Amino acid sequence: MTLAADRNHEGELEVPEGYVKLTIDGLEVVAPQGELIIRTAERLGIQVPRFCDHPLLDPAGACRQCLVEVEMGGRPMPKPQASCTVPVADGMVVKTQHTSPVADKAQQGVMELLLINHPLDCPICDKGGECPLQNQAMSNGRAESRFVDTKRTFPKPLPISSQVLLDRERCVLCQRCTRFSNEIAGDPFIELLERGAGQQIGTSATAAIADEAESAANTIEGKPFQSYFSGNTIQICPVGALTSAAYRFRSRPFDLVSTPSICEGCSSGCAERVDTRRGKIMRKLASNDPEVNEEWICDKGRFSFPYVAAADRVLRPQVRNAETGKLEDASWTEALRVAAEGLTAARERGVGVLASGRSTLEDAYAYSKFARIALRTNDIDFRARAHSAEELDFLTAKVLGTNPETGVSFASIEQAPAVLCVALEPEDESPIVFLRLRKAARKSGTKVFHLASWTSPAVTKTFGTLLPAVPGEEPKELDHLDSAVRDQLSAPGAVLLVGERAAEVPGLYSAVARLAESTGAKLAWIPRRAGERGALEAGALPTLLPGGRAVADAAARTELETAWGLEAGALPTEQGKDTADILRAAADGELGGLLVGGVDPDDLPDPALARTALRSAGFVVSLEVRHSAVTELADVVLPVAAAPEKDGSFVNWEGRHRPFEIALHRSDGATLPDCRVLDTLAIEMDADLFTQTPKAATEDLLRIGYAGTAVAAAPNAQPSEQPTRSKPNQAVLATWRELLDGGSLQADEPALAGTARTRCVRMSANTATEAGLRKGELAVLSAAVDGGGEVRLPVEIADLPDGVVWAPGGGEFGKIRRDLGVGHGSLVVLRGGGSQA
Amino acid sequence: MGMFDPIKGFGVTFSTMFKKTVTEQYPEDFRATAPRYHGRHQLNRHPDGLEKCVGCELCAWACPADAIFVEGGDNTEDERYSPGERYGKDYQINYLRCIGCGLCIEACPTRSLTMVNFYELADDDRQRLIYTKEDLLAPLLPGMEQPPHPMRLGDNEQDYYTKGPQLAREALPASGQSGQSKEAGQ
Repeated sequence: MTLAADRNHEGELEVPEGYVKLTIDGLEVVAPQGELIIRTAERLGIQVPRFCDHPLLDPAGACRQCLVEVEMGGRPMPKPQASCTVPVADGMVVKTQHTSPVADKAQQGVMELLLINHPLDCPICDKGGECPLQNQAMSNGRAESRFVDTKRTFPKPLPISSQVLLDRERCVLCQRCTRFSNEIAGDPFIELLERGAGQQIGTSATAAIADEAESAANTIEGKPFQSYFSGNTIQICPVGALTSAAYRFRSRPFDLVSTPSICEGCSSGCAERVDTRRGKIMRKLASNDPEVNEEWICDKGRFSFPYVAAADRVLRPQVRNAETGKLEDASWTEALRVAAEGLTAARERGVGVLASGRSTLEDAYAYSKFARIALRTNDIDFRARAHSAEELDFLTAKVLGTNPETGVSFASIEQAPAVLCVALEPEDESPIVFLRLRKAARKSGTKVFHLASWTSPAVTKTFGTLLPAVPGEEPKELDHLDSAVRDQLSAPGAVLLVGERAAEVPGLYSAVARLAESTGAKLAWIPRRAGERGALEAGALPTLLPGGRAVADAAARTELETAWGLEAGALPTEQGKDTADILRAAADGELGGLLVGGVDPDDLPDPALARTALRSAGFVVSLEVRHSAVTELADVVLPVAAAPEKDGSFVNWEGRHRPFEIALHRSDGATLPDCRVLDTLAIEMDADLFTQTPKAATEDLLRIGYAGTAVAAAPNAQPSEQPTRSKPNQAVLATWRELLDGGSLQADEPALAGTARTRCVRMSANTATEAGLRKGELAVLSAAVDGGGEVRLPVEIADLPDGVVWAPGGGEFGKIRRDLGVGHGSLVVLRGGGSQA
Repeated sequence: MGMFDPIKGFGVTFSTMFKKTVTEQYPEDFRATAPRYHGRHQLNRHPDGLEKCVGCELCAWACPADAIFVEGGDNTEDERYSPGERYGKDYQINYLRCIGCGLCIEACPTRSLTMVNFYELADDDRQRLIYTKEDLLAPLLPGMEQPPHPMRLGDNEQDYYTKGPQLAREALPASGQSGQSKEAGQ
């Protein structure tokens, strides 16, 4: 649809099928049927004031600010109409406030009514300066108010969650927030309450708060506004009624330097805007990217930036003093020399590289190239989580090199007749995928199936069907899918989404690949971390080289040697070790050293082994943003920039390239991206990476090109025998990491942590009875094999299969991986903890 | 060039010798400025000592020289600096940049920011010419209390704005003689 529609030889506008012709302010325009007048006007460049209208929300006509005069068939409608609810029609004549005094007067009247109870507190309001009400009161309101009585007041501000503050005085009842929560997020915790002059927005907890005294307590009782997407309501509120607790009174729009950026929180690669002031990030906002995140981002993406300014940032290179055994600040020259000497010495026995799943594409490429050229090894793996050889085959065969055109994209999820999520909890692991699934189910009637152990909120909110499976038995369930489900997945355009948890279930990736083959459904892999897909393309894996080349392929190696300017046979030929094998080898003292780039040992499949490996490895170099368990044990610590402090790109799960620029310019030591540090380190080791800057790394990556010659047969592993429950108090563990779990990117943000879901262990009523537990009591989980720690969580009853318990995965609060050393599908021992939660 | 021209020149000198001198013997002879002279800024207080500044940044917004930096803060029941929700947590005026135009004074919605007649704003250290909130806040007068403290003059900020001027007159009947005279003259 273009503005300059074709005109026929008589100079009249041609109206294609499905379009109508109308006149707005004397201009003839062709618009698609069903388009709302306000949008057609907008395309013509005619601005109609509005509050409640939002292109991604259903029309409401709540604020009445967009009144225009409409004439149909020569007969004017008796009263001005709300242009945000009236679709265009053939022959319609619309007059906006620009040409119609009636519309102008009506708009001014509405504005006067909206302002009657609006407090005059713009100077202290966080929206001041970027407020649609402020702006439109200037452009479409009267300068004088005729209202002289006392305004309606409410106690304020009222926290409706730890991160959203409600000011009911300022609200113009446009219902954008309630419609967003209802329609988009599916968390209807916020609603219109009361009637008439007392009408207000609130939650079940605020409804009861009537006077000052009650609000002074300021508690969040009942059901708070607990949603992973609540931050969006702050952004779309057209007045200052919903404001952010974290951003409260921190700055004004004119103070902020805004940089378009990409979220580092998950693999969706949402477009965001980063607002900085005096070297600090003040806030992040969602940017509009219709192909990816539309105009929404999750709360993790919006609020989890204070880690960048954390007190435990590594700001200076540090070298461990051989005598005292303590880390001491050193110059870059000194630290790089020590690191280079140590790694060169360790190279003889082999050095393993643990790259991070959070790296940018450029940094992952630098790790990959550094391992091959400077360390002469293929022992590199970005998978700092549970992983398997089967996963590696699956990624090579099914994921490598796909892009939104050839593979699955957000758009293809939206248009799919059916979607099956396997080992993926979309709301927790990839919130924007969840929003798109919900939109697809709401708008296009997409059938969403979830192969999981219980009806999680995401299943309900995507109007989904649960295909219940005991952890570990998912492959069997997939192979014997109900024929009705199989038929729906065989429809053209059906999509299979598989999450990273599949690596913990032997045979699951194979079963997914088989299902995709047999149904013809399109397949997408949705990892949790932002950098995983990029690291796959960059070859930060033991069997893959950059650009989709296989280590085992001699021709590909030769090609890469030529492109990198190496002599023939310089690249290591042996397939490398994966993360688990690297750690095992290091723990056994087989490796001379480790190069660790931003890995938390508690994320690894066996945290205890990882710590042993770090202690036993002869020489450990750590590239880190913040001090961690790895830097505690490292011999050399090199500071690197966090994602907002560097440029680069992420590759999102679709395979879409998401470049971003530096949003925050630091002036201290932690300004260098990993690729620059590795480049300099490599020069110390007599190797040239040509990754001095992310731009240079991109150039180098483009130069070697994407070969895509790495082929692997889709894995065809059979499910292994499930551990059987030998005792009645044993249970199979189902687990995944929740979105807000106190992970390392969520540090120092208490308001965000306050909206995390309540930690609990879920089980069926039968399982609970068997273990002598009741709802709300504390259950104690411990590993079924060799001791380990314990985790205590209150019991919730859910529709899990008997003998299965679910507990939140990792992070600060979950501790399942760290304290029990178990994962999805492991056996755990369940017993009562006695005391009340 | 005429014959008497050199003498004419001396004529100017001689006639000026008997006129009143315009040279000021600053700083020995310190003269008051005009009452509305745009001197140093002052952040005023309510009669109970609470700050009038709400940290709204309108002064910073109005400033054509980008001389003002403000960061707002959140008043709590335990720690209150101004009536209402918001106060100016950080307030700085850079007198290297300030051009004394007074647009900030016009922008201030609470009459917190005014200018006094003090004009000795010169220094040999750039850093010292960035005045912070401590430098700019009006001195505590009798009856005022150093914030943070609860609201003494009413239940909410509306009471301060509606009754404030009246209370100020009652509390300080002889303010004309006190140190507030410069402010009162604005």
